[in-house]
Amino acid sequence: MICLRPRTLVLLAALVALAALPGCSRPDKTDATSKAKQTLTIKGSDTMVHLMSTWAESFGATSPTQVSVTGGGSGTGIAALLNGTTDICAASRQIEDKETALAKQKNITPNEITVALDGIAVVVHPDNPITELSLEQIGAIYTGAIGNWKEVGGPDQPILLLSRESSSGTYVFFQEKVLNKKDYSQQARLMPGTSAVVQAVTADRGAIGYVGLGYAKEAGNKVKTIAVRSAAGQPAVMPSPATVKDASYPVARALYLYTNGAPQGKVKEFVDFCLGSAGQKIVADTGYVQVH
Amino acid sequence: MAQRRWQEKAIQLTLVAMATTSLLVVVLIFLFLGKEAIPFLKDPGIARLLDRQWMPVSFQQEHFGLLPLLTGSLVVTLTATLITVPFSVLGAIYIAEIARPLEREFLKPFIELLASIPSVVLGFFGLVVLAPLVKALFGLPSGLNGLTGGLLLALMAIPTVISISEDAITSVPRHLKQASLALGASELQTILRVTVPAALPGIIAAVMLGMGRIVGETMVVMMVTGNAALVTLNPFQSVRTMTATIAAEMGEVSFGSIHYSALFCVGVVLMLVTFVLNLGAQRVLKRYGMMT
Repeated sequence: MICLRPRTLVLLAALVALAALPGCSRPDKTDATSKAKQTLTIKGSDTMVHLMSTWAESFGATSPTQVSVTGGGSGTGIAALLNGTTDICAASRQIEDKETALAKQKNITPNEITVALDGIAVVVHPDNPITELSLEQIGAIYTGAIGNWKEVGGPDQPILLLSRESSSGTYVFFQEKVLNKKDYSQQARLMPGTSAVVQAVTADRGAIGYVGLGYAKEAGNKVKTIAVRSAAGQPAVMPSPATVKDASYPVARALYLYTNGAPQGKVKEFVDFCLGSAGQKIVADTGYVQVH
Repeated sequence: MAQRRWQEKAIQLTLVAMATTSLLVVVLIFLFLGKEAIPFLKDPGIARLLDRQWMPVSFQQEHFGLLPLLTGSLVVTLTATLITVPFSVLGAIYIAEIARPLEREFLKPFIELLASIPSVVLGFFGLVVLAPLVKALFGLPSGLNGLTGGLLLALMAIPTVISISEDAITSVPRHLKQASLALGASELQTILRVTVPAALPGIIAAVMLGMGRIVGETMVVMMVTGNAALVTLNPFQSVRTMTATIAAEMGEVSFGSIHYSALFCVGVVLMLVTFVLNLGAQRVLKRYGMMT
């Protein structure tokens, strides 16, 4: 875990994204010792693992600093930042009040930097004739109020709900934005990672799931992305970099890096790289949306 | 003379220390689990654990009911055991009593190979191959359910149960079999009426040890059971086991929160269950003098 080469990182990232093994992210409790060896640790959002590891790889190509990236979920990353076991936390949600309070206790000042934007695509099986839904309908599907596709104009088929695990920042974001802070239906299957969601949507005709725009793009024809109306009378909008940027696609959010205090030294170098033109080009290449 | 006695004393002490280390570790783990779980019993109170819902992340009201997790583990364990027992017992009988030496030499390594497959690999196999198969075979809305989990766990438990059962069957005294054959019983009658009943305690213990393994398995169930925390005993429904809950959520919780200590409560219950299973297996073995 101490000095991972970029290739290994990509593999690791792929593994984490594949199964989002929470267990895998444990072993870097020893990071405190590795800091002296010019390594930078980033931990957090599974959604951002792909982006972070691509950044890490191209940053590592020009800098002596080795960057190691692990997933585990935004909550894991923030917890690691508060425990001082990571230099940078990647989070797909903003830090919560509870966590800020805990940070204060531990004498840590989380510093938020917006590095990219992300749209959450709602995906269904390619054979599903549904092409668009309103936010309200998706919310009703996920809270369990709507249980059959025929209630939203589709075939007579029960809806299979697929969600991310509750440790995922995407889970919380979707709950807040789409479910209107209501609870998910108990029938919702909580999948241990984005790839598992894609895999399960591919396997079941009645399935509905949500994944980051980048992953939806990567999944190609295996799943069908549907257009979303922000309200009943509004036009249905397909998620794309353009619609996320101009905020016409309603299920979009910012992606953050959190550091302890203002970034300094190699942390600052890395953050500047991410926000610079090379870093932002990677943002677009990996399926996310640039901030500038 | 005095020095010699001192030396012997030292050696004896070292050996005692070695022997008691594992005992000490178990006690310490119990204490640690208890220490982290107790805050929950104090603050929200034990009544919250008796809820029928497990919904630790919510904007409304968080629920920490252990019931769905208990039934989840129960469903998966029972399904897996029901599949494991006939396969393992018949397999063990064949290998121990009927197979020719050459066959035995061929079969045993393969069974041991099955035990060495990493659980993530099995889980991925389950997600991609077995879940769609189960879904098609039983006409279910989704293959992510207790049955798929049980099938995969059975694959993991079968090698353990076969090899212990086989030991038990082989260690049945020869004179019992010879007496039976001498009285005119056929080979099959001898196996079914004499050998297997004599080896039964060992077989029961093997099954209990296998169950211990099944209850504690995490990765496989997390990938294929769908992880929806439903109170159900139906293996065709999605279930969330205690192990998967801890693995999926422990990474995310902020230390010291209610959710954190609730997960430790789950850990205590899980440990008690495996402890009782192991203890039961040992008592069965001891009672019938199969363990010295």
